[in-house]
Amino acid sequence: MVPLNWYLLLSAAVFSIGVFGFLTRRNIIIMFMSIELMLNAVNISLVAFSHYLQDLRGQILVFFIITVAAAEASIGLAIIIALFRNKNTVHVDEMHEMKG
Amino acid sequence: MSMLPQMFFGYFASAIVVLSLLVITRKNPVHSVMWMLLLFFHIASMYLFLNAEFIAAIQVIVYAGAILVLFLFVVLLLNLKEELQADRFIGTWPAGLLVSAAIFVSLAAALQKFVPGPKGNFTIDLIQRVTHTKVLGQVLYTEYLFPFEIASLVLLIAVIGAIVLAKKRMRSH
Repeated sequence: MVPLNWYLLLSAAVFSIGVFGFLTRRNIIIMFMSIELMLNAVNISLVAFSHYLQDLRGQILVFFIITVAAAEASIGLAIIIALFRNKNTVHVDEMHEMKG
Repeated sequence: MSMLPQMFFGYFASAIVVLSLLVITRKNPVHSVMWMLLLFFHIASMYLFLNAEFIAAIQVIVYAGAILVLFLFVVLLLNLKEELQADRFIGTWPAGLLVSAAIFVSLAAALQKFVPGPKGNFTIDLIQRVTHTKVLGQVLYTEYLFPFEIASLVLLIAVIGAIVLAKKRMRSH
């Protein structure tokens, strides 16, 4: 039997990799993929908890997280398309319209 | 023979970590999407390993089937030549590395003191007898019916929002 802590450690590692990607990449699409990575890390820990604590609520939560991730991806990619149409770039350091 | 689960976990965990590193470090976004596809399949196998068949199926259908295809469509918009010449990371990437390392260390340190709570009613025997999808459906459609309906509203708003945002502006003149 694999201990629960191993799964939680794996989840923490994937989450940190997602944070690193989000903070350091310039390409907004890769930043979005980093967000998906973080959501997946949380899903791994929730399913592991659900299995080891013998409670299905964790998996119900995963179900809703996947729903929200799908909604977030569609809206976010629509924003990227709108940005690309107006600025012709996907690099976040070239977008500074809101800077005062 | 008793080492088999640990070996399975070892392979899938190391593959997941390596694949997520590949996803965030590739210069070409198409390569990133492809590595992410492989990553999602590995995560789905991890769910199978945890006796969550339905979640594994959703992972493959929704994440690998729908979300990644959406990503691929948007990546097609990119000017790849320009992308391959640009810098991969921002100039202050060590700061990002520091923040993410701090998050990992604090999470790992918190794990040392972690004590699992009391066990629930859904034992592995029960789930295997009734089947996973049926048990999940029974909980979802009774106890969590209202959040389920709200989830449909979230998806509706996402559809409308995506259409409004991505639509071409009509020029008035």
